[in-house]
Amino acid sequence: MFSNLMAWIEQRLPLMDAMNKHAAQYPAPKNFNFWYVFGILASVVLVNQLLTGVWLTMNYEPSGDGAFASVEYIMRDVDYGWLLRYMHSTGASAFFVVVYMHMFRGMMYGSYQKPRELLWLFGMLIFLVLMAEAFMGYLLPWGNMSYWGAQVIISIFGAIPVIGDDLTLWIRGDYVISGATLNRFFALHVIALPLVLVVLVFLHILALHEVGSNNPDGTNIKKPKGSVPPEEQSKFAFHEQYTKKYDIVDAIPFHPYYTVKDLVAVVIFLIIFCGVMFFAPEGGGYFIEAPNFEPANGLKTPEHIAPVWYFGPFYTILRIIPDKLLGAIGMFGAIIALFMLPWCDRGVVKSLRYRCTAHTVNLIQFAICFIILGVLGTLPATPLNNMIGTIASFGYFGFFVAIWIYSKNEKTQPVPERVTGK
Amino acid sequence: MKKFILAVLAVLPMLAIAAGPSLQLDEANNDLRDKASLKRGFEAYINNCLACHELKYQRYNRTFADLGISDADGVANYMYTGEKAGDHITNTMPAKEAAKWFGSSPPDLTLEARFRSPDYIYTYLRSFYVDENRPFGVNNKVFPDVGMPHVLQNLQGVRTMDEHGNLSEATGGSMTAEEYDTFARDITNFLEYTGEPNKLERESMGYWVIGFLFILLFFAYLLKKEYWRDVH
Amino acid sequence: MSNVPVNNGRRRFLTAATSVVGGVGVVGVAVPFIGSWNPSARAKAAGAPVEVNVSKLEPGQLIRAEWRGKPVYVVRRSEEILAGLSAHNGQLKDPDSEKPQQPVYATNEFRSIKPEIMVALGVCTHLGCAPTYLKGNFEEQVEGVTDGFYCPCHGSKFDMAGRVFQSVPAPTNLMVPEHSFPTEGTLLIGVSGGEA
Repeated sequence: MFSNLMAWIEQRLPLMDAMNKHAAQYPAPKNFNFWYVFGILASVVLVNQLLTGVWLTMNYEPSGDGAFASVEYIMRDVDYGWLLRYMHSTGASAFFVVVYMHMFRGMMYGSYQKPRELLWLFGMLIFLVLMAEAFMGYLLPWGNMSYWGAQVIISIFGAIPVIGDDLTLWIRGDYVISGATLNRFFALHVIALPLVLVVLVFLHILALHEVGSNNPDGTNIKKPKGSVPPEEQSKFAFHEQYTKKYDIVDAIPFHPYYTVKDLVAVVIFLIIFCGVMFFAPEGGGYFIEAPNFEPANGLKTPEHIAPVWYFGPFYTILRIIPDKLLGAIGMFGAIIALFMLPWCDRGVVKSLRYRCTAHTVNLIQFAICFIILGVLGTLPATPLNNMIGTIASFGYFGFFVAIWIYSKNEKTQPVPERVTGK
Repeated sequence: MKKFILAVLAVLPMLAIAAGPSLQLDEANNDLRDKASLKRGFEAYINNCLACHELKYQRYNRTFADLGISDADGVANYMYTGEKAGDHITNTMPAKEAAKWFGSSPPDLTLEARFRSPDYIYTYLRSFYVDENRPFGVNNKVFPDVGMPHVLQNLQGVRTMDEHGNLSEATGGSMTAEEYDTFARDITNFLEYTGEPNKLERESMGYWVIGFLFILLFFAYLLKKEYWRDVH
Repeated sequence: MSNVPVNNGRRRFLTAATSVVGGVGVVGVAVPFIGSWNPSARAKAAGAPVEVNVSKLEPGQLIRAEWRGKPVYVVRRSEEILAGLSAHNGQLKDPDSEKPQQPVYATNEFRSIKPEIMVALGVCTHLGCAPTYLKGNFEEQVEGVTDGFYCPCHGSKFDMAGRVFQSVPAPTNLMVPEHSFPTEGTLLIGVSGGEA
């Protein structure tokens, strides 16, 4: 009876087939390391944000008069409201932690290179939408830092020649940031952008499964059909979509092997997440900033306006350039450069394990500069900080220039045919 | 990878220096578990602060429940404003008039301990000194040119500031220095409580959740080990 | 999956154990989501017990109190009304208040704590309209009964103890809310004597 029903559905919508294609019979390289868990973690956080977000919406009031009080209402009067709110606010920061790690993984092992350029672009779009989502969400508590943070970021658009001032007016819908701004940000934050985000994540995974997963060795686990003797092929059964054209080596089915492995990663992540959420939900003033415990006040600027930490790197680049328009160009340029990475890198070897030493050095200096820029973004703009920031910005953009130069005739080590032990 | 982490660690202290100096605050050392202190702080707040500073996000009956006061007792002894036990802790000071009297209307203090810090409140309450140039004849070391008078002056007494910025011992108050410190600590404690009434519940729940996750981790890890025996 | 099945018993046990513990976790996560739908402190404060002064209530007089957004009828019944209540028992659906439409302490002849004070929700048990108090002119509705409540929406009829008459759409007697008398002249609606 039940199997008949399943067969009936399967004929009309091959769900089981899709499950097999993407999980139980999806060939994943067997040598994924620590850096490969962040994609799953990002989806866990996404689900957390969607669920807690929907629940927060049930008690939140998107109006200039009511927003701040409604957040305190959630924190005090609603049963478990404080927990839902902290899950959401901690989740926002956790999202960027795992996404930055995920992106760095891609950079280390060349996961953006041919044939995975489109996969990388979808990922970058997700990152872009995520930043917009986080920025708009940060206005909603209507605290004083929400207000002034939004004020500063919206003003960036004023740098655009000719239309700048009209554009900022249009974004705000008022002469100052007001309830009108709050309402449109609310609408975008709770429905429009999450919808786009979910679609992009879906496309990101489809694109991944189309070209197949990369691995820390950067080898190809799909060999031409008939090129590998049967005893050297993977002993597991994979979906015919993959085996039709290729001989699969060094691969294991995603389910159950990576589901159980990722479960361990998820639980460890949750332990850290809960540690922060239950014992330091303000994240030392970085996840929820102290000035945000004062309601928005258009006449009183916080002593030091700092964006939330995850915007730090881009905010610092904006700030160190002593020209409004150039600063904005620099900031957006930093993001566009990441989009262009698959074409900046002209190399053919993917993993840093087999690339030239210059590449490893370049990657390390990039990571250090990125972290420095991030930290500086949360600090006041003193001359010393600006000097450090300028150097770090050169390091940031220098990465893309350098990789374009040395990847042309790169001295690489031989890439093994098969994955190595670790 | 290790090289990378080491390099990052080497850079971080540099940034700490870049953060610059911050205001010196005294440690409040208050304890949210000390219900007697919270009760004293609640009473002190109602008698000395509430006339100007509301706690408009906090309800009376919630405060009673958390501090171990019965509703009937609370309504009789702690409620000079509001009608019902479920009301918010507000006052009747008109904001516009208040702005005229003090230069700006006295802020709500429900979240003050989270906006500033408990240490800040503790230090602030103890840092008033005589300054004839100010409208109320007093100024505050951690909040220069503060708009409010020193309402606790008859308790603490009067302090003066010397040319090096040091405050003298308080004279002429009804409390000794230790008594006044305890008094300030109680108010600080109470305001940390109102800032986040769920704080203790949050932390105790955290131990349970993390304990549970370790159990789940144990099984998940064994499960992973078991399956991965297939992978060579 | 594998060509070399190793220790399937252990594998099944660990899968089951992890699933059970994980299932407990899912239930735990569901708690805040489900719990947050309970009435909040604001709703509870708004729905707190309501105090009514009944010391000045004249015989036959009705006052409407509002409790949790619903009208509560409070009537002082005269001796004659109380005496006449049992006369029309035969015309009622539930004369002895067997259905749980009142707290235990009000499950009696008069459906009240004090016989003279009637407390009932002014919400018809048919479709929720507010019945009209017909003081002295209820006989148009039920012959021989001088006072009662008549629901204008669908013609349901109740007597001076909120008991429903036969052959009307309302299925049960009017609801008697939890109430108590902390002092002689004060009625507290929404909380029973033991808890106050």
